[in-house]
This record gives sequence, C-alpha cells and structure tokens, in this order.
Amino acid sequence: MEITEDTIKHVATLSRLEFNDDEIGEFTEQMSSIINMADQLSEVDTEGVPETVQVVDRDTVFREDKPEHWQDREELMENVPEKANGFIKVPVIIEKDDNE
Amino acid sequence: MNYLNETIDSLNKKLASGDLSADQLAKDTVANIKDTDKKLNAWITVDDDVKPAENLDFSKSKLAGIPIAIKDNIITNGMKTTAASHILYNFMPMYDATVISKLKDAGATFVGKTNMDEFAMGSSTEHSYYGATHNPWNLDKVPGGSSGGSAAAVAGGQVVAALGSDTGGSIRQPAAFNGIFGIKPTYGRVSRWGLIAFGSSLDQIGVMSKRVKDSAEVLNVIAGGDDHDSTVSTREVPDFTKFIGQDVKGLRVAVPKEYMDAVSGEMREVIQKQIDTLKDAGAIINEVSLPHTKYVVPDYYIIASSEASSNLQRYDGIRYGYRAKDTKNLLDVYVKSRSEGFGTEVKRRIMLGSFALSAGSYDRFFRQAAKVRTLICDDFDKIFAENDVIVGPTTTEPAFGIGEEISDPIKMYNNDLLTISANLAGIPAASVPAGLVDGMPVGLQIMAKRFDEGNVFKTADFIERSNKFYEKTPTGMED
Repeated sequence: MEITEDTIKHVATLSRLEFNDDEIGEFTEQMSSIINMADQLSEVDTEGVPETVQVVDRDTVFREDKPEHWQDREELMENVPEKANGFIKVPVIIEKDDNE
Repeated sequence: MNYLNETIDSLNKKLASGDLSADQLAKDTVANIKDTDKKLNAWITVDDDVKPAENLDFSKSKLAGIPIAIKDNIITNGMKTTAASHILYNFMPMYDATVISKLKDAGATFVGKTNMDEFAMGSSTEHSYYGATHNPWNLDKVPGGSSGGSAAAVAGGQVVAALGSDTGGSIRQPAAFNGIFGIKPTYGRVSRWGLIAFGSSLDQIGVMSKRVKDSAEVLNVIAGGDDHDSTVSTREVPDFTKFIGQDVKGLRVAVPKEYMDAVSGEMREVIQKQIDTLKDAGAIINEVSLPHTKYVVPDYYIIASSEASSNLQRYDGIRYGYRAKDTKNLLDVYVKSRSEGFGTEVKRRIMLGSFALSAGSYDRFFRQAAKVRTLICDDFDKIFAENDVIVGPTTTEPAFGIGEEISDPIKMYNNDLLTISANLAGIPAASVPAGLVDGMPVGLQIMAKRFDEGNVFKTADFIERSNKFYEKTPTGMED
C-alpha cells in the first residue's frame, strides 16, 4: 500500500498535529513501513469471523441518574493554563472574516 | 532504606514490633531513592515531605506503612502526574485513582511517581520527557518499558513493590529485563479509574515486586469491583497469597512452539530449564501451537494506536497541561499545544491510529484487526480447554543497550511479540525471573485463563523457590 506525503498531511490534520517538511518526509517513510507491516493482516482469512473490540465479562452497566457532588469549580480551575474572572481564557474563536 | 533483602512480611514484622517506625521507613526510603536515583533515573517525582498515614494498624493490614512506588500514569490527588509527557508537565490531579484510594485505605505510604515511556507508549523507557531510566543490572542497558521506572525502582532496592500498567507487555517485559516478578491481571480484575488511558480495551494496572508473594499481597488490596469503572468484574477476588507455597503436581502446562522458536541459544536453554523443573515436579508438559502469533504485533499496533488516537484527543491545551504560546485562534491552540507537547513516539501512534480509523482505511485496518483479534482469542480458548497455564519466554532477548533501537520503531515494536497476546485476549500473565544470559536477567512468562491469577501465582512462586533468582544482586548498583 502506497503512503504518500499527502496521506501523512491529511492524517496530521485529522490528528490536530503539524509537522515541518523534514518531519513529513521522515514520517512518510516510517509510517509507510509500519502500515505495510500492519497490512500483513489482510492475508488472514476472516470471512465470517466476528469482531472483538472488548473483552469485558459484563453487559451494559446501568446506574441511577442522580446528581452527586463531585469536584469544586475552584479546584478544577487550578489546572487551567490561562484564565480570567473565573473563566477559561482562549484566543479569538470567531474571526472578523466570519462576521462579514 | 535498601529493600533488596526485604519482603512485605519482613517489613511488617519490624513495623509491628516497633523496631522500625513508619515515619523512619518513609524518610529512609526517600533518602535512599535520592542517593541511588543518580544512577537509575527511575523517578519523575519524589516527595521530600513524605508522611505515612496516621493510626496505622500493622496487625490488620500488611501494607500499613509500606512505601509503594506508583507509575506516573496513575493519578494521585495532590501529587503531580505527568505520564512522562511534556503536555502534562504541570498536571495536579484533584482526585485519586481507585487503586490509590484502596492502597490508602490499606495504609500504604506514597513516596513518589516512577518514570515511564510517555503515555506508556514504548518498550524501553527512553521515550520519556524526563530522560531515560537505566537498568540496575547494567546502567548502559534499558530497563524495558513502559513501566521501566517501576521495574528499576524494585530491582534497584528502592522499594519493595510498585504499581505498573500493561497494555502490550509494559509490566512483564520490564520485569523480565530487571530480574523481578511482574503481573498483568485479567482485564477487568483491577479498576482503571484514574489510569491515564492509552488503549482502553487492553490497559490493565498490575504489580511488580522482587518476590512473587509481595505482588499477591498488593493485588489483594487493589483488585475488585468499582462503581467508577463498569469494565471491572464484580466476581469475588480470592486471597492470592493462598496460591503461594503450593506444589505443581498434575498442573497442565502448555508450551507454545512459536514462543520457544522465537528465542535461541543460551536464552532458550534457560527457559527450557524452568520447564524441565516443572516437569520434574510432576507437572504435565504439552507442546501446543498459537498459530496467529506472527500477526499479533500488527494486530496490536492497529488496535492500540486506534484507541490511543481517540483517547489522546482530550489533550488540547485548554483545561489543563501545556498550552502553546503565540497562538492566533482556537484551532491553533489545539494544533500547537499538541505538536509541542507530545513526543515523537506518541505522535507516531496517534497518526497510525487516525490513519487506521479514517475513511477508506477503517475496513482494511481496524475492522480486520478486530476480526484477527477474535482468532487470537480463539487460539487461547482452545489451549485452555486442556491446560491450566501457558509458559514460555517473556521476551525474545535480554535488555538491549540504551540508544540501540530507538530510531527503528518496527524493531522496537517487535519487542512485544510474546506479551501482546495476553492483552488482546484479556487473560492474566506474569513474568518471573528465569536466570541470566550474558549477565542480564531473562524472564519466564506464565499465562492462565481469564480470572485465574491463582494458577499464575502458583506457577511463578514454584519457579521462584526452584531457581532462587532473588539471591542474586543487580550488578549495576555496585560502586
């Protein structure tokens, strides 16, 4: 399976990651060999085989939907990198162009 | 305090008789860590102001006053938890993982957090934002990973026991490389609440200790139901220490030929010798086949990376952890914080996972991997219909040199060849020291069917009593 620089750039966008040109080149080469290793799986005959996505011995677990005291807002805010007036501060979300 | 010749029982006796105070033990433990960690770099955080719990009852709890090392991907209220990542360099948890609450109830002491591969992704503890950990048997070698800090801390005599986590071998491979015991319990035996998620269908918290019985003591405390994690089994947890000291007569032991063929020379001889010991003691040895072994590495890397790419979406620089500077909009915060905050190996896994889950690749990669996982599980079911345990080597080679494999991801991934299947199938598996090859420890892996940790402990304890590996001292710690 051919992995191109465009594939890697697309996957980087999906992953919310960015790379410089050197890194894209290196990742294309490495990901290409990893994905081709993974592609060995296609030689296994899985006709009619069900998928296993978990190995839990319980069915869906239900609980009562009742409010509980969990954590204090002030405690949680201590880990926030940038804040103002008790709110989480982020850069502009709606840029000027969006309003035009 | 150096723990090389101590067990939880020996420490409990000293604490109960008053020969040693929990306070003194905690202080001496930290002092020894500070001293010996110049060589090992096994810790990310050490608590200088360590204080044991109050009103300890040494007759009620074996772990009362005993310092236990905690891998830095298990969150601890008020103690920095980084998962060895820059993106969590300043993260201060506001609550305890369930395993920590349970250890606190048992009166254990917390001295700090151990080094690891970033987000538990790696097999050498070289992928840490806090630098590589060194193997106590030879400081130029890796301790394995990802629980390499916990393994080196135990092997180097810094603590008597440690918690690790195992997604594809991250407890067993470092246990093998460091000449200690390490067990990954059945998926669902121990709560994952508060374990920083990597591959949620594979992750399991487990225990590492020099002596088999000490892991049984700790697992007794951390196992069992938890309302916060609906994947934890509600079935009763046996007293695992009752499997210590038993004989192995009549135990049905399967030896997969694919596992034995993966090792050669002296390493194969050392492993074969352990199997012969079991046979001489009356165990029934059966050669078996795990025909899908050649597909476990690709299968695991697709499944684990897919789950990881999804789990690691939460790191966006907004609510906690590292946030990039000079960003122009919200998307820029996400992209720059993640690109600057994650290390190369973590990025590689996120990329592989995003690829395997993306439109056009999902059927060929993720769905196919999930089907092959079923075939791998079936292989184990067949063997366990006629056998109690499966034994073989834990790794294909002893510890490799620092820097030797880090530039070759596929070579690094193949380290997990023999350990991955237990995670895919959710079965319990452990590594117990088998002997030395070229001066470095190698481990015997023992697997059993789901929720049968008992037979794992029984077999491991028998091997420990037979080869007495614990009498050996790590060669890298001598001055």
